[in-house]
Amino acid sequence: MAGGFFGGVHPEYNKELSRGKSIRVMPLPEQLTVYFSQNLGAPSNAVVKKGEEVKKGQVIAQPGGFVSTPVHSPTSGKIKSTGFYPSPVGTLMEAAVIIPDGRDEWEEGCDRERDTAGLTSDEIKDIVKEAGIVGMGGATFPTHVKLSPPEDKPIDILILNGAECEPYLTSDHRLMLEKTEEILEGASLFARAINVKNIVVAIEKNKPGAIEKMREAVEGRDGFSVEPMEVIYPQGAEKQLIYSITGRKVPAGGLPMEAGALVQNVGTCLAAFEAARLSRPLIQRVVAVTGSGIKNPGNVLARVGTSFRDIIDFCGGMTDDTAKVISGGPMMGVSQYSLDSAVNKGTSGIVLLKADEVAQFENEPCIRCGRCLVVCPMKLNPSALSIFAERMRYEETGEHGVADCIECGSCAYVCPSKRPLVQHFKRAKAEIRNRSKKAG
Amino acid sequence: MEDEMKDKDRKSGSGKNEMKREEAGKNKTSRKPPEKKKEEPFRERFIVSSSPHIHDGRTTSSIMRLVIFALLPAALFSIYIFGVTSLRVIVISICSALVFELLALRIMKRPVNISDDSAFLTGLLLALNLPPGSPWWLVVTGTFFAIVVAKQIFGGLGYNPFNPALIGRVVLLVSFPVHMTRWIAPSAWGADAVTTATPLGRMAESLDTLGHIDMDLIRELFSREEIINLLIGNTAGCIGEVSIILLAAGGIFLIAKKVISWHIPVSFIGSVWLLTGIFYKIDPAHYINPTFHVLSGGLFLGAIFMATDYVTSPMTSSGKIIFGIGCGLITVLIRLFGVYPEGVSFAILLMNAATPLIDRYTKPKVFGARKAA
Repeated sequence: MAGGFFGGVHPEYNKELSRGKSIRVMPLPEQLTVYFSQNLGAPSNAVVKKGEEVKKGQVIAQPGGFVSTPVHSPTSGKIKSTGFYPSPVGTLMEAAVIIPDGRDEWEEGCDRERDTAGLTSDEIKDIVKEAGIVGMGGATFPTHVKLSPPEDKPIDILILNGAECEPYLTSDHRLMLEKTEEILEGASLFARAINVKNIVVAIEKNKPGAIEKMREAVEGRDGFSVEPMEVIYPQGAEKQLIYSITGRKVPAGGLPMEAGALVQNVGTCLAAFEAARLSRPLIQRVVAVTGSGIKNPGNVLARVGTSFRDIIDFCGGMTDDTAKVISGGPMMGVSQYSLDSAVNKGTSGIVLLKADEVAQFENEPCIRCGRCLVVCPMKLNPSALSIFAERMRYEETGEHGVADCIECGSCAYVCPSKRPLVQHFKRAKAEIRNRSKKAG
Repeated sequence: MEDEMKDKDRKSGSGKNEMKREEAGKNKTSRKPPEKKKEEPFRERFIVSSSPHIHDGRTTSSIMRLVIFALLPAALFSIYIFGVTSLRVIVISICSALVFELLALRIMKRPVNISDDSAFLTGLLLALNLPPGSPWWLVVTGTFFAIVVAKQIFGGLGYNPFNPALIGRVVLLVSFPVHMTRWIAPSAWGADAVTTATPLGRMAESLDTLGHIDMDLIRELFSREEIINLLIGNTAGCIGEVSIILLAAGGIFLIAKKVISWHIPVSFIGSVWLLTGIFYKIDPAHYINPTFHVLSGGLFLGAIFMATDYVTSPMTSSGKIIFGIGCGLITVLIRLFGVYPEGVSFAILLMNAATPLIDRYTKPKVFGARKAA
């Protein structure tokens, strides 16, 4: 068993709500809100206008740079309007509202079977790039960028991230059970793209079914192995996962490739398989819909652009005492003020919590208990950082490594003074970014 | 077409502002556009706040309560051996600490919230650091210095550089030395209090008068009976310091509950044992057996409950060990070479002053940090 990184916490995982539920395909909703920018990095630029007819798989936004991806229409229909709409990241975002025509017609060239055996490294990278594939664990970092390491940073291990350490979420778990072969096929493509022979499937030990299924599936496949991981949050964080598996530390401020490792979420592998084999761009994903606030928890295959409202309705609606709707898991997800938010490529789950389960954070003084230091997987001092941030001494937060914070929330989870630590750090990072922007 | 209306509003009204806000950081207070209030309110009234959205449930007051709980056996035992006079001191101390906390918070216009139990704990700790027969005015003066001077004037919970209860005790010790060293012998309920000296005090006195340790006293104090008395707490001393076994049980409870870590108590007690052991080995005629040093005086109470005070001790494990060793060293220096028979309180307060420095030099190294160039 691979396990230990420094720190971490053991929140209630609450996965039993939805882990036994097979993925259900969500019917086409009445309208879809597709954000033009669906990746970390440069925003993509819209190439469609109001009133235009689009086909399923048609590009509606072009990448705005190398670290950027195209966005495709999830169905065929008409663009009703474009504008700013509530998005899962908590801000208004430019999007197109598409009214499906019900025919679900593919763009020409899409949805054709292709033989993947002869694909070269560059061809695979191009396919991934054109299919608009991003990291589907939630970070939405463009996948083709990860597949393009500089020559002086050789990668010798590919880690499939099936840790799924966020409480409640089960979408990766279900994918590993139901799309095992496809995930491994996708992983082989990634491995071929970066010329890596060693592929490790990392799964937390609380998913024995997935571990077994994957073990059976990798048998006879060269270079593949399955590694059960200690159940501890944030085991699935890239740097922690690499350390758990290889014992290598990603340098502070550096990228995983500097530790010779590439990490891909299992959902991303599936997307790569579908893009390469079936010529389908990334227009749908599995979303775990769970929490005490949802009447019928489950895992839903939803098109990108499906509103949270539609998904919640599809899962039987929410209870009257639902107090918080989270896009993503409860440790790192973003709370929603509107159910008009729509699924994007990174929406791994929708978690609905009742008021008594929701943590309320206050600006109480730090009592220096040191619990945050013990749990911080980046070995930061969240206490000191938060005090600097509180006093708006942002330079000092920078000197104390706020940039290395992965915002996993472990510190705030254990803080007895219930200090809004992650909020402080997000603010400090934004302030530092703004200042360097102004200075530069 | 309610949706379309809303879309238009968003486009014309707040689109630009939202972009700015996005840059300014995801802050829950600034995320809601103020102009929205006049227009259509959000249809859903969800709680919107930064991640994480769950918490492990341990709060400041639940920690304080665990510490109070861990102190109860020793406190109750002191009432059992010293009688009602001990109970009186504990009650006066806790009540006056709460009153001072309440008044100070009111006067300083801070949120009045004594439900965090920190004042209760300070009151209890101060009482345990006083002689059982302390007069009421002595106790009230102590809590005044602890709560008002050492804690609230510095900014309240979390901002005090020194352990409040120890400030209270030390102020009393240097201002009213006679009252602070009037010990009573353990006696059952109702029996008349008999003044006596603590074992450490008797040792110091013997050294002063004879120039070396009286062998008869050694024999007496090292009888099996006396050692057992020290362990159980059937000896003279401050209210809460006498029962080593019950204090240790409280410490083990706190470590098991992860309220405190082992680092400070072990390094503190361990360094006292080691250092006094070295002196004992060199010159047994002038220095007492290390086991006696460890078991007598306020070492266990101090090492487990006072030195581990979050606010005034270092945060990292290595810092805690440095802190504990520092406490042990100063305690031994005062006990062996100072004018006081006991040095735990002074040692902890002195190390409190060093805490910011220790924290600075034991800063954790960021995961994956490159070696300093």
